[in-house]
Amino acid sequence: MIEKADQIFVLLGHWLVSFLPLWLQAPALVLLGVVCIIVTFPALFAITVLLERKGLGRMQNRYGPNRVGPYGIFQPVADGIKSLTKEDIVPFSADAVVHFLAPVFLVVVVFMGYAVLPIGRNMTLVNMDAGILFFFAIGASTELSVFMAGWSSRNKYSLLGAMRAVAQMISYEVPLLMSSLVVVMMTGSLSPNRIVDAQNQYTFGLPHWYIFTPWGFAGFILFAVAGMAETNRSPFDLPEGESELVAGYFTEYSGFKFALFFLGEYVGMMGISGLGATLFLGGYSAPLQVLGFVPSWLWFIAKIMFAMCAFIWVRGTLPRLRQDQLMNFAWKFVLPLTLLNLFDAALWRFMGPGLLRWVVCSALLLLAYTAMARIGMRRERFGPRSYRYAE
Amino acid sequence: MLGEGILKGLGETARNFAGSFVSADRLTTVQYPEERIAPIEATRDFPFLVYDGADWEAGLRCVACQICEKECPPKCIYIVKSTDKKPDALGKPQIYPARFDIDISVCMSCQICVEVCPFEAIKMDTEFELSTTDRFGGLLYDKKELAKSNEHFHKIHPTEAAEVDARLAEEKAKADAKAKAAAAAAAAKAAAPPAPKPVAPAPAATPAAPSPAEEKKP
Repeated sequence: MIEKADQIFVLLGHWLVSFLPLWLQAPALVLLGVVCIIVTFPALFAITVLLERKGLGRMQNRYGPNRVGPYGIFQPVADGIKSLTKEDIVPFSADAVVHFLAPVFLVVVVFMGYAVLPIGRNMTLVNMDAGILFFFAIGASTELSVFMAGWSSRNKYSLLGAMRAVAQMISYEVPLLMSSLVVVMMTGSLSPNRIVDAQNQYTFGLPHWYIFTPWGFAGFILFAVAGMAETNRSPFDLPEGESELVAGYFTEYSGFKFALFFLGEYVGMMGISGLGATLFLGGYSAPLQVLGFVPSWLWFIAKIMFAMCAFIWVRGTLPRLRQDQLMNFAWKFVLPLTLLNLFDAALWRFMGPGLLRWVVCSALLLLAYTAMARIGMRRERFGPRSYRYAE
Repeated sequence: MLGEGILKGLGETARNFAGSFVSADRLTTVQYPEERIAPIEATRDFPFLVYDGADWEAGLRCVACQICEKECPPKCIYIVKSTDKKPDALGKPQIYPARFDIDISVCMSCQICVEVCPFEAIKMDTEFELSTTDRFGGLLYDKKELAKSNEHFHKIHPTEAAEVDARLAEEKAKADAKAKAAAAAAAAKAAAPPAPKPVAPAPAATPAAPSPAEEKKP
């Protein structure tokens, strides 16, 4: 029974496909999986948007939307209808083709990342050996779509936003990769399924998630920071910084194209969260052995939604960074720590089991963190500003 | 230590989040159409014309002197003087506004018309739900739409209305006394000497009374 609930979608898919001729079965199964992903994650996106608006409201001591339906639960529907019926404006001097392609490309690319994520047991769409590599390759091409949007709009705010986005995303791509490399190193595989399997074991009912090791914890924090920056999420939302750049790279977008950007952004966030869950939080595995009866896909979605709530919480708390702070943080703090974390993981591996490696590895990371914070992130003190008139 | 402030901030937002469910006084939002805050007494938005008595047309204090029209900075007031005279609320024949229009889409709520009016005839209203589907005709208020009773004035600005009423009563009393004195003098003159000219002081009394002179307010 538990097994059935866990595998319900797999079994359902196989049953549906069994009506088709044999040569059609494999492609049909994949197509079915694609449809499921394309339906599920936008639905989660709608829930997230509602959660975000309500949650941010509560954090600012407001009610949030509460007019459409009971407690405003139909607000995403109203938003959707609004963006569908709005006029779709293409600026006169914009490059119409690229302007149209940018949001489409973003959404396509973002959904492609889900192909390698193990959403549940036996529920990976494409069981790729180099799945993590594929995810990062695909994830990096969102930059292209952002720059397409900014460039084709022929608007200085769009272009500035796009340049910021590209600078930021390329800078944080490196720590993102580096922080997930620890997991690949320790598992010895780039396959997301193998990584989840390695974490899906229990001692005394507690899981072997990588986050419960010093290097895994540090890696998770660094991954979260880099992922937040990678998805242009507050406090790293400089590319759309509405206080200085109208709306950044999608200033010139309206109507459904804007909605596509919005969708792409959130689905991308969920993708990064899913990858983070796969790498550090044991993917679809239950947090306690006794909770193993809950279907695995439910755990995965719960972890994604948990990450989204964390995103919202951080957004409600932190102000936006300045461009120089952003770059300093990436290159002077996050990147050195990820490199050190690689060394730490190696140390952990070669010190063998025991309490000693816990102490040494934690101490090393903690020490490095404090020292880096002291030295690298030192606040520069400027004297009083003086002006000199030109002769 | 780096990150301490972030944790502190996260704690603060979490406290707000949880607190907004627990204590209602954290939520400052007023759910507008259902809940309303009573406007403070100094609230003002657009002018209206005050009338005394029950009949708005007869009781209008305005005598179409056109001072407000001339003083209005955005020129949103349009007045046409009547050619005839009609008895006002006090029964005295006065010129009255044949047309009195205010375009509230032009009005900037500066209250200058109120300050220049010598007859306390125009005052500021507090009605703010004025949206209409007809943006030209719907926002051009004529005499009938502008006329509001003195009771309404008392309701929205009690202090100011009381002051105005006191002032008007005082002026009326002064005018009454003057008229009475003039009448008495005239009577005395008519009684004692063989009447040199009894009519002379009477017209002097009339211009001193601005609008209310004889009749009592209901």
